[in-house]
Amino acid sequence: MASPQPARHLRTYAQIAWLWIRAAWQYPTSFVLLAVGNGLITGLDFVGLWIMFSHLEDLAGFALHEVALLYGSASLALALADTAIGSVERIGTYIRTGRLDQMMTKPVPLLVQVCADQFTLRRLGRLTQAAAVFGWACTYVDWSPLRVLVAVSMLASGALVFFGLFVGFSCVQFWTTDATEFANAFTYGGATVTQYPLSIFPREVLVGLTFVVPVAFVNWYPCLFLLGRTDPFGMPEAFQFASPLAGVLTMTAALLVWRTGVRHYTSTGS
Amino acid sequence: MRGAGMLHVAVATRAFRRYSTYRAATLAGIFTNSVFGIIYSFAYLALWDANPTAGGYDAQDAVTYVWLGQALLMTIALWGGGATDDLAERIRTGDVAIDLYRPVGIVGWYLASDLGRAAYHLLTRGVGPTLIGLVVFDIALPRSSVHALAFAASLVLAVVVSFAIRFLVASTAFWLLDQSGVKVMSGAFAIFFSGMMLPLVLFPGWLGTLARALPWASYVQVPADIWLGTHSGTGLLAALGFQVAWAVVLLAVCQGVLRVATRKVVVQGG
Repeated sequence: MASPQPARHLRTYAQIAWLWIRAAWQYPTSFVLLAVGNGLITGLDFVGLWIMFSHLEDLAGFALHEVALLYGSASLALALADTAIGSVERIGTYIRTGRLDQMMTKPVPLLVQVCADQFTLRRLGRLTQAAAVFGWACTYVDWSPLRVLVAVSMLASGALVFFGLFVGFSCVQFWTTDATEFANAFTYGGATVTQYPLSIFPREVLVGLTFVVPVAFVNWYPCLFLLGRTDPFGMPEAFQFASPLAGVLTMTAALLVWRTGVRHYTSTGS
Repeated sequence: MRGAGMLHVAVATRAFRRYSTYRAATLAGIFTNSVFGIIYSFAYLALWDANPTAGGYDAQDAVTYVWLGQALLMTIALWGGGATDDLAERIRTGDVAIDLYRPVGIVGWYLASDLGRAAYHLLTRGVGPTLIGLVVFDIALPRSSVHALAFAASLVLAVVVSFAIRFLVASTAFWLLDQSGVKVMSGAFAIFFSGMMLPLVLFPGWLGTLARALPWASYVQVPADIWLGTHSGTGLLAALGFQVAWAVVLLAVCQGVLRVATRKVVVQGG
C-alpha cells in the first residue's frame, strides 16, 4: 500500500525551492547580506542573553549554559521549521492577489506549493548560529545513549511543533486576509518563550504552554531530562519523553485546520 | 512656503489613512505586541528578582520599559519598513524618476508620509499594548506633565532619526537594486543598539558607552528614560539634544546621498 506520493511531493517541493534559490541569487549582495543579517539577529539575541547573565548568577534557577541549551534547541527547531515552510505565513497575500487560485489549478498539493513558494536560504544564518549555541551548550550535558536519543527526538519534534504552529495559525488568513501578525504571536512568540527557562512564568502560563500551545515540548521538558533536573512545576516525568507525541498531535491538528480553511476558501476574484 | 507645509500635511494625512485601512492587521498586531510584552515582562521580572537594582532600574521601571518598547516597535518602524519601503520599491522599478522631478524634495515628502504612518501606529499599536500593560502589570506613568511633554517630543525625534536611517537603507537600492539585505542588517543593529532587546543601561563598560552614543539609542532608550523620569532639568534637555543632533546629521547625510544617487540615475538615462 506504500504509495510513492509523499516522495513525489517532496521532489516537487525541492524543485520549486531550487527555483527560488536561483531567483534570489540574481541579487547576490542581498542574498549574502540577508543570510549574514539573519545570523546577526539571532547572534545578537544571544549576546543579549549573555549580557543579562552579567547581572545574574542564574535566571530562575538556571545557569547560562543551561539557558543556552534551551535557547539553542528552540532556535534550531524554529529555524528548521521556518526554512522549510515559513512561506505559509504569506497565504493572506496569495489570497488577496489571486495567486492562490493559480496554484489551485496546478497538479501539486496546495500546501506543498505554498510552503515552497519564495523559499529562502537566508535563514541558514539563524540555523548556523543556533547550531553553534546548541553545540556549545551540549558540551555541558552528561551524555548517555538515552539522552542522545531524547536530544535528537527533541529537535525533530520541536521542528514539527513549529511546523504545526506555522501552518495552523496561518490558516486564520483564510478568514481574514491581512492578519498575518496574529500567527507571529504563536510562532515567534513561542520561540521567544522557549528561549527562557519556563520557571520564570507562573504555573498557569506553563499549563497553557503545555496543553494549549504545546511549545513547552519543543525544549523545556526534554531539556529537563538532558540536564537531569527535577521539574520545578512537578509535572509528570513522562512529559519529558512526550515531545514526539506533541509534535505529531500539533501537526495533525494543523493539517485539519488547513483542510477546513481551504474548503472554506472563496476566491477574492470575479 | 505655506503651500509646501500644507502639502506635507496632506501627504502625512494620506499615509495615516492608508495604514488605517487594515483593521484586522492592526488588531492582530496589538495582540502580538501584547503577547511579547507579557513574555518579556516575566523575563525581566525574573532578572530584577535576582538583581533588584540592575542597571539602576527597579522591577517596575523594567516592566514599564518592556511595554514602552512594544509600543514603540511599530511607531518607529524598528524592523525597517514604512514610507521608505515604498521608496526602495520605486527605486527598483525606476518610478523614483517621477519623484525626482516633483517640485518638492524627496526627503521631506517621504518624511511627511512616514510621520503620518507613525501617528497611526502610535495611536493603535502604541496605545493598545500600553493599556494592556497598565492593566496586567501596573506599569509606571510619566512622573510629571513636563516629562510627558518631553516624551512626546522625544517620540517625534525618535521617528525622525529612525526615518533617516531607513531612508539611507532604502537609498542603497540605487546601487544594489534590492534593499532587503541591507534592511535586515540594519534591523539587526537597530534591535540590539536601540535597547529594544535589552535596556542599554544593562550593557557593560565600553559596549554600554558605545551603544548610548549611537543614533539607535534615540529609538527606545532615550524616550524610555524620559518616560521613566531618569532625566530632569538640563539632563532632559541633553537627552532631547542628543536626538536632535542625530536627526540633523542623518537628514543631512540623506540629502547628500540623494544628490550622489541622482547623478547616477541621470547617467543611466532613467
